[in-house]
Amino acid sequence: MNEPTPEQSKSAQFTSAQPTLEALRLELAELTQAAEHEFNSAISSPQLQQAKTKHLGKSSRLAAIRGGIGSLDKQMRREVGQLCNAASHTIEVALETRQAELLKLERSTQLEAESVDLTEVLGEISVGHFHIITQTRRALEDVFCGMGYQVAEGPEIETEWHNFGALNFPQGHPARDMYDTLYVDWGKPMSTLLRTHTSPVQVRTMTSQPPPIAVVAPGRCFRRDTADATHMPVFHQIEGLLIDRDISLGHLAGTIEAFTSAFFGEGFTSRLRPSYFPFTEPSAEFDIQRPDGSWLELGGSGMVHPNVLEACGIDPQEWSGFAFGFGIDRLAMIRYGVDDLRDLWTGDMRFLKQF
Amino acid sequence: MKVLLSWLKEFAPELEAAAGGSSGSAGRGAVATSSGDSPARASAVGEKLADQLSDLGLSVEELTHLGAAFKDITVAQVLNLRSHPNADRIQLVDVADGSGQPRQVCCGAFNMSVGDLVPLASDGSVVAGGMEIKRRKIRGEWSEGMLCSPTELELPGSDDGILILPQGTPLGADLRESLNLQDDILFDLEVNPNRPDAMSVAGVARDLAARLKVPFAIPEPKISEPRIHSGGPAPSSDLTQSGAGGPPPVEIILHEPEFCGHFTVRMLVEVTPGISPPWLTRRLLALGMRPVNPLVDISNFVMLELGQPTHAFDFDLIPTAPDGHKILAVRMARKSEQLKTLDGTERTLRPADGVIVDCNDTALSLAGVMGGASTEISDSTKTALVEAAWWDPMTISRTSRRHGLRSEASARFERGVDPEIAELALLRFAELAEKIGVAQLAPGLTKTQGLLPTRERVTVRVDRVNDMLGLELDAEEIAGWLEPMGFENAADSPAATASSTASGSTATALAISIPTWRLDCETEIDIIEEVARAYGYSRIPKVVPLFDQIGGLSARQKLRHKVADFLVGLGLSEVISLPFLAPGDLEISGEDSDPALRISNPLVMEESVLRTTLRPGMLKIVAYNQARRQFGVRIFELGHVFSKPQPQPEGAADAKADLPVETEYLAVLLADAEAKEAVKIWLKLCLSLGISDSAVQHSSQSGLHPTRSGALLANTGKYKPGHLGSVGEIDPEILSQLDMEPPIAWLELDLGRLLDIVQSQPQRGYQAPTRFPSSDVDLSFLVSADIPADDVRNALLAAGGANLAAIELFDIFPGFKLVDGKQVWGDRARSLAFRLRFEAQDRTLTAAEVAELRQACITAAESLSEPDKGLNVELREG
Repeated sequence: MNEPTPEQSKSAQFTSAQPTLEALRLELAELTQAAEHEFNSAISSPQLQQAKTKHLGKSSRLAAIRGGIGSLDKQMRREVGQLCNAASHTIEVALETRQAELLKLERSTQLEAESVDLTEVLGEISVGHFHIITQTRRALEDVFCGMGYQVAEGPEIETEWHNFGALNFPQGHPARDMYDTLYVDWGKPMSTLLRTHTSPVQVRTMTSQPPPIAVVAPGRCFRRDTADATHMPVFHQIEGLLIDRDISLGHLAGTIEAFTSAFFGEGFTSRLRPSYFPFTEPSAEFDIQRPDGSWLELGGSGMVHPNVLEACGIDPQEWSGFAFGFGIDRLAMIRYGVDDLRDLWTGDMRFLKQF
Repeated sequence: MKVLLSWLKEFAPELEAAAGGSSGSAGRGAVATSSGDSPARASAVGEKLADQLSDLGLSVEELTHLGAAFKDITVAQVLNLRSHPNADRIQLVDVADGSGQPRQVCCGAFNMSVGDLVPLASDGSVVAGGMEIKRRKIRGEWSEGMLCSPTELELPGSDDGILILPQGTPLGADLRESLNLQDDILFDLEVNPNRPDAMSVAGVARDLAARLKVPFAIPEPKISEPRIHSGGPAPSSDLTQSGAGGPPPVEIILHEPEFCGHFTVRMLVEVTPGISPPWLTRRLLALGMRPVNPLVDISNFVMLELGQPTHAFDFDLIPTAPDGHKILAVRMARKSEQLKTLDGTERTLRPADGVIVDCNDTALSLAGVMGGASTEISDSTKTALVEAAWWDPMTISRTSRRHGLRSEASARFERGVDPEIAELALLRFAELAEKIGVAQLAPGLTKTQGLLPTRERVTVRVDRVNDMLGLELDAEEIAGWLEPMGFENAADSPAATASSTASGSTATALAISIPTWRLDCETEIDIIEEVARAYGYSRIPKVVPLFDQIGGLSARQKLRHKVADFLVGLGLSEVISLPFLAPGDLEISGEDSDPALRISNPLVMEESVLRTTLRPGMLKIVAYNQARRQFGVRIFELGHVFSKPQPQPEGAADAKADLPVETEYLAVLLADAEAKEAVKIWLKLCLSLGISDSAVQHSSQSGLHPTRSGALLANTGKYKPGHLGSVGEIDPEILSQLDMEPPIAWLELDLGRLLDIVQSQPQRGYQAPTRFPSSDVDLSFLVSADIPADDVRNALLAAGGANLAAIELFDIFPGFKLVDGKQVWGDRARSLAFRLRFEAQDRTLTAAEVAELRQACITAAESLSEPDKGLNVELREG
């Protein structure tokens, strides 16, 4: 280092009895240089503060030189004053510059210290899931509501009249046996049962409101069945019912078609095939054709049988209508590619959380 | 019901042509593989006919292409049998195949003799299963092919030996041609209960012919002159069809004319044992029936063909009365009457079963369902009495179900057999017996009439047909669809003539007589369905109906969705559990089982009780998950629970309760969580539904931790505590019995009631946020453990009045102890710190006002103290 230290300058001042203007100029330049150097060497705000006191404080050499101005002659006084101001300004600028630098440095140090690993997330990240039966049921409700239907409901324990009698299953008719009914030990023997289909909701709707009627009835049904990959003693169906004037089989076909494209999507079509149900006539199965040409048997349907309308107090000569129904569970399985119906009922979280 | 195309064509020869195929023997050189299950491999004709059948309501479940099972098998004759020099279990057979050059074949079977005709697969032939036969050396001796067993040709018969062909089969002929095994298509049809006619090949052919507009006819059986029956007594009268001989020497008595519509019998004489020929057994097997003996096989063949089940009695085994008469009588069974049926089972009958009895009033046969063992046809049968009857469908249906005997015959009787087909069926029976050479028809027939369902003409209105179907057909077109199916329109009907012009096409109604083979059809709508079927459902124009209704969910249904949405939003997953419980499940869950309903006819006892709470089902789900190391499940279920109604006061009408109580419940279960978490969900759920005054009241709830459970309150005052539901932790004792880990937080409520409360809430007004600053005051109290925090909160709320904008319990410091001589209430006291925010709508509250409110709140809280009961609330200074 070839610059003089402040101490050296100071001692030079003390030893010089008669300072010349040139000597002062030189000393101030040295002072400025020393201050700049020391400021830039400071690596923390307190250090800089110390250096500031040393170079700009009351006991600094600059202050001493300024203090000596009064004893100088007028000409020198002005010259030295200007020199001191210039030096002071330079030193202050250097200080501010370094101050700003250090502030920035310290902020970045602090931010660095505050850093957090955003991937350290404790616990399993999970959300709630709707059961796929509910998801499917809601999707179906959405489509039918969009088509103008309201949603009707009924009890799961039913009278034999609502489940069979009103639906044109005469007492003791073998067709009742097709339904593998579970009877509830209530009232007269075989008077109360777990509904075998959602069709009793048709009866409840028709007996409680005058036509026109347009409802769908999703719900839980029961049958005396052993659980396996494709059967459960409890299952879900959705039933549709439209009663109005001049409703025809063509309207049923049109409704199934409209539902098919709304629910399954473009390119899916439908067909009706003759079938038999006691509560509809003409009766029809309906199938869905996938865009690849393959068929899916979906459900049963037909024109509401005049006997059913009559049983529900509706004049079959004035009103006609259609009904259709199909399984929600099976649709859910197809929709989500589930191959064992029992998986829907275990409540296994590993199953539920996939949907 | 299965049908073969070749069989259908015997009734409607132009079927195949009409479906777009040639009627020649197609498929010569078809790929030899086993019967193809894939419809894709069936011929285009098969596909077209299958489409038509499905559109007719005879859904084709499976389409199988038959006859391609083997290729290039010829008829050969055994010339010589020699032992194989190097093997004991193989012999050398020299055969003639018609080429003039004898061939040596190695054969592992020994059932043939010199002179027998056998099937030969030579080099390049293919046998069933697709194996191609090659000329090769077996143990050092050349084998120029293989002699085939029935199985290797997919023909009926024993697999123990080589198929021996009837003598006279032309040597060297293609086996398929010589056995008349033309290519065929088997349709497996699903027949609905309302299609009695489609339970026969002829009936299916009639439907198809009508659809394809080709002729249909049932051929007249050809029988040589009936033989006089020599075994029995002489015929007493001359009632025969053929005019020679008398009726069968048996007296028929119908005690139950409503059960037995008619009972028709004919005699077969010169019965000889034998085996049914391949062409017959092949059809039986194809249609799913096992060949037994010629008479049984013929009976089945006729039933499959014409839909009329018949039953052959060994005439000599029918007991004879002392006066030399034989009697067959129809009556209902007596209570506990015994009968050994053909399957060897001793059956106990009931009065609802119909039986055929002999002169001793002993049951011989379970009418319409199964024959008896005592009169069964056997190899020693010389004379057979063949019966064709009509039985009441409902009675047969019940009997066959009760005895678990769903036979091919009962399946037809319970749909309703054509009452007019019996005589034709018996002639066809005789024709086949004669053709096979196992019996000859005796002259004479006895037909005893009972009561048959009355058949009336049905008026079918043209408008009604069109209204129901969405078509615009005229009377002539409607009749044109119906008539080929046998539904005749009576030209002289008043309805048809009243308004008709000369052409008849503007008639407004038809008078339709229903064919005897359609006992299911009775009313106009039945006929309309037939029109639709014949016309083709697929041709009916699809029209979306327009109606005046805005679709959508009801307010209540939307609320239910909102509840589920809210819970899923909290991170809970929805589960669905079975509503069935095992006896004892409720008790294990700490629940009273008395109100539970039981199933009268459960399949298994584990599913015999209906749930009164969702708890057992959801606990099972938690156990299932714990067993699979899935811990901390957070689930909910919305489901119905069932119970008997509360006992009604004396004299209250029972009639009103025609159904038991059914309620929709919501349950929330949080594994590895404490009661307070469930309480939080309850309070939040209520807030989300707009219920602001929900709460929990401590009280021990069944099945829950006795000191960590409570009743749900909402809209207090209107609903009694405990009514709405319960919250807490599952009783740890129950969990340890179920081998499950506590704690499990639980919330269960009557969703219907909760939604009632929501829907009865008045519309809430809007309060503008104040524009003036608020002041917060923190108050910390020492509170005895037996005073609920809610009591303190409610006291503060009351004292704070309208100016108390918000209150929050923000700190709980439990087990507070004596400090500096201050009174201590025990370890179970705790410090509760509340933050209260005061504000006013119209001004800034002054310091003095806030101080006054603060003091009022302190006073109110402290006034909850009842020192004599050891209940204390005291402000914690500092």
